[in-house]
Amino acid sequence: MYSEQVMEHFRNPRNVGVIENADGVGEVGNPVCGDMMRIYIKVEDNVIKDIKFQTLGCGAAVASSSMMTEMAKGKTLEEALKITNDMVAEALGGLPPAKLHCSNLAADGLRAAIEDYLARHAAETGSKT
Amino acid sequence: MLPFFTEQFGNPANLYSLGAEAAQAVEQARASVAGLVGAKPEEIYFTAGGTESNNWALLGTAWAYQEKGCHLITSAIEHHAVLEPLNFLEKQGYQVTRVPVDSKGVVDPEEVRRALRPDTILVSIMHANNEIGTIQPIAEIGEICHEAGVLFHVDAVQTVGKLPVNVQELKVDMLSASAHKFYGPKGVGFLYLRSQARIGRLLHGGGQERKRRAGTVNVPGVVGMARALELAAGRMAEDAQKERQLRDRLWQGMQENIEAIYLNGGLEQRLPSNLNVRVAGIEGEAMILMLDMEGICVSSGSACTSGSLDPSHVLLAIGIPAEEAHGSLRLTLGRGNTEEDVDYFLSVFPRVVARLREMSPVWCARCVTKQRNS
Repeated sequence: MYSEQVMEHFRNPRNVGVIENADGVGEVGNPVCGDMMRIYIKVEDNVIKDIKFQTLGCGAAVASSSMMTEMAKGKTLEEALKITNDMVAEALGGLPPAKLHCSNLAADGLRAAIEDYLARHAAETGSKT
Repeated sequence: MLPFFTEQFGNPANLYSLGAEAAQAVEQARASVAGLVGAKPEEIYFTAGGTESNNWALLGTAWAYQEKGCHLITSAIEHHAVLEPLNFLEKQGYQVTRVPVDSKGVVDPEEVRRALRPDTILVSIMHANNEIGTIQPIAEIGEICHEAGVLFHVDAVQTVGKLPVNVQELKVDMLSASAHKFYGPKGVGFLYLRSQARIGRLLHGGGQERKRRAGTVNVPGVVGMARALELAAGRMAEDAQKERQLRDRLWQGMQENIEAIYLNGGLEQRLPSNLNVRVAGIEGEAMILMLDMEGICVSSGSACTSGSLDPSHVLLAIGIPAEEAHGSLRLTLGRGNTEEDVDYFLSVFPRVVARLREMSPVWCARCVTKQRNS
């Protein structure tokens, strides 16, 4: 059912865990639907220096989270915002059709984390001036 | 079964002697199956399996009795091979009542009695559930249907060959079974239909199966099915006792080694081979994939396996919230399983759960400890 890349990322997921004092945290999905992701980012000089994820969900959900973190790490925020769910699925060698809409949320999670960072950053900058 | 693929390949509907040999084998199989479920041979119709038997029973009855009424009754936890033909009938103008089950996964016969109407033509309730293994009070429901003069169909795919099934004692008019569930070949089954009951045709064509089910009979399949059922009947008690022991050892071990793990459905009124559990904080398909890597085959009640967003309708019907239903796992034990298999599973499973919980954004070990201590 799954491609070899999906199974490889599921077996050995990259960047699992929590970043304490993360600069941005994004959460997407819902346990009621069976898939939920939380993405943590550490940002330095507009670049994603570190990224970690926690995922509840099926094989596709875990693998797409893992693949997305590899794609986003080291990218500028502008570059990272260009990553889409479809790009993550493509990098994994494709996902079964039923998984494309329910479990392929990782890029949305990344975007939520970046937006959280930008909102906090704006608030900080705002309070300083 | 095997000679009927090679030397004895005659068509039972033909007149030549090879055909006669095949026809004789089919009739022997029919007599054997009939005897093992307490029916007359002419009440057994061979089909392509449980799905065909269920579709035929439901659609055929609806068509044959439409002058009497258009109302059918079933339960909320039936197999898709019953629910879908009933959905189809609803689109054609029939009305369907789905009676609920309690939190243990059992139908209350009184709910069936209350659902009966003057225009009810059929009640269809499964003998045991395919996901949580719960056994329904079939004889009591049969009694209620007979008093009311309403036909009663039972999907016994999960029980024929595993529990004693006697159509007289269970008071059923129609009963579906599938060979591969009792170690017979796949793609063959039967429908028991009481002599007095009428039924419309599902398959139109030749005059096979007393003009009720067109199509050449699957000769090797029905011979293999009859033999498998004879063997299953001979060792039923022994198999059931062994499966129950293994199942109880499995459940005991899981409870001892994993926190926040719960049983889906009651343990008492349940197939001895079935265990269905839910594990807090993680998802079913991920467990299946990880167990598969360790050589363990299980299934789940989770959405991902069926390609749908909705969790199992059976788990929802027994009152389990969707977010917990997604974390369910169904374990089925069979004749080939041993204590070593159970112990191997118990050595692997806690690791799998721990690994997925580490990854989970909703699992919080401290919260569980706190809850337990409070």
